[in-house]
Amino acid sequence: MNEHLIEVQELTKVYGAGPAAVHALDGVNLIIDEGEFVAIMGASGSGKSTVMNILGCLDRPTDGQYWLGGEDVSKLNKAQLADIRNRQIGFVFQSYNLLARSSALKNVMLPLMYSRRERRSASEREKLAREALEAVGLGDRTDHRPNEMSGGEQQRVAIARALVNEPLLILADEPTGNLDTSSSQEVVDILRGLHERGRTIIMITHEPDLGAQAERIVTLIDGRVVDGEEG
Amino acid sequence: MNLWQTGQVAWEGIAVNKVRSLLTMLGIIIGVAAVIIMMGVSAGTEATIAERIAGLGSNLIMVSRGFGGGGGGPGGHGFESEGLNYEDTLSIGEQVSGINGVVAEQIAMSQIVRADSSTIETDVVGAMPDFPQVRGVKLADGRFFSQQDLDRKAKVAVLGHTTAQELFGDADPIGQSITVGNVRLTVVGVMDEKGLVGETDYDQRIYVPLTVAFDRFTMSRRFGDRVMTVYVQAESPDTIESAITEIDALLRRRHELTAMDQADFTIYTQGDIIETQEATTGAFRSLLAWVAGVSLLVGGIGIMNIMLVSVTERTREIGIRQAVGAAPSDIRLQFLVEALVLSLVGGLIGVGVGVGGSWLFGRTSDMRTVVVWSSIVLAFCSAAAVGIFFGFFPANRASQLDPIEALRHE
Repeated sequence: MNEHLIEVQELTKVYGAGPAAVHALDGVNLIIDEGEFVAIMGASGSGKSTVMNILGCLDRPTDGQYWLGGEDVSKLNKAQLADIRNRQIGFVFQSYNLLARSSALKNVMLPLMYSRRERRSASEREKLAREALEAVGLGDRTDHRPNEMSGGEQQRVAIARALVNEPLLILADEPTGNLDTSSSQEVVDILRGLHERGRTIIMITHEPDLGAQAERIVTLIDGRVVDGEEG
Repeated sequence: MNLWQTGQVAWEGIAVNKVRSLLTMLGIIIGVAAVIIMMGVSAGTEATIAERIAGLGSNLIMVSRGFGGGGGGPGGHGFESEGLNYEDTLSIGEQVSGINGVVAEQIAMSQIVRADSSTIETDVVGAMPDFPQVRGVKLADGRFFSQQDLDRKAKVAVLGHTTAQELFGDADPIGQSITVGNVRLTVVGVMDEKGLVGETDYDQRIYVPLTVAFDRFTMSRRFGDRVMTVYVQAESPDTIESAITEIDALLRRRHELTAMDQADFTIYTQGDIIETQEATTGAFRSLLAWVAGVSLLVGGIGIMNIMLVSVTERTREIGIRQAVGAAPSDIRLQFLVEALVLSLVGGLIGVGVGVGGSWLFGRTSDMRTVVVWSSIVLAFCSAAAVGIFFGFFPANRASQLDPIEALRHE
């Protein structure tokens, strides 16, 4: 079981109870190996956000197993999940989700602040954050606040934040949903570049054009994987 | 995240809403300042009274003509009794053991006093030989009266410090003659400076032998040699009790009272006065504690209220922090520290306002104020406790937010 980066077995997620219960996920199986660039696609209501939340350790499945890097994370408590998110997962959200009052640098430093395993000094944190911002081409905008940046720049700050802790996995949830075409392509190019340097990337999208740029497309319909279960 | 970083984040959170934060702190500020000012006023009052009591002398037993008990009803002695007289005073001095001295005083009406070159008007006090010892007033120069002076009704006087300067300036007053009213007296001594004790200025006085005061400076036909209060100084705190018993027995014998009769005199000590005083200030202090408690409570509710608002406003931020790895404990700590910083900063401002207010109050009113260090510590700690107590509920609510819903929050 340990050879895959992600292994998901018979994952179910049920919201509510009794006759009104909604089966958002109904037995999802999925295997993703290290270094892959996977797009998860599906219409709205297909369960892609639920998959994303569970893969991102923001939520726990009702039933089924989820191994991330050989560790069964489906039964962990909130604090343990927070630690997994901090160390193993970098999020890129549709709406960027940056702290509005903080500079780009401080936003990127945020995951380092919550690191429990490794205590880095302030200067070390700043150095790592600067490197991450340079990696997304924002080395000269470190002191700008989100409201002083374009949408594309904000999303690049978010990518730098996702990178800074060297996670196993980068999870991008509709990363281009709020961006115009050229900014979108820029963001996708950065993600592809990261993939080329060996990062594992899962991108959730409903745009076929974007999905096509991934190596593999996993298609969800009504809470089940209908295509691309294994690479 | 360590506590220092958490503190910085909390400070940023507070600094963003300066006006709101300040208004939130207001309850704490008022509470803390009220504690300090009011404790300062009460401590100042206590200190004044304690000084006044200590200024009477040390190890004092006071015997006053009785007005206690009976409520002045028929058959009670009260003011109609003979009370105490000079002879009572002398016999206490002769017969009671374990005492250093006995003094009765008679404060006469103020008199015109003339020396060679100047004339003043001042109080004349009839005193006894033990006066300097019992009342703790030192002699600067010359001598005080002897028992012989009293027996012979010698025409001598001892001047208070200020009086001596007013009458004679830098010249030596000893041996000089002064005229008090229409009585010619020879100055035999000058008292050391004692200053104001309560409202009594010991330096502005002229002392004459008590017997002379009876004869020449009081309406003797009406009062004879009656005295209001006899001051007895015990040798040590240990002999106070036995001396009281002996004085009581002696005076009952002299006044022909049995042990069953109600005494026509009252015996009390400085300790009794202090106890009465403490009972009063104790009541005052518990009232203060209530006022302080209520304002801190209201301040705490204010903090809780604004923290709840803050948690709701910053739900998205909480979600972001959770997504990048903040555990529930990190979020809880952040908001708890924020509440704590709010209350501590409020507490600090309150201490400033309180200390400044105490000073201003002492300057602008005739009440004396003392800044009590323990009140500052107490008020500050209470503010911190309020912050933690009322901050916990909002902080806990923040920590329990679901990251997915928090991230979706607009």
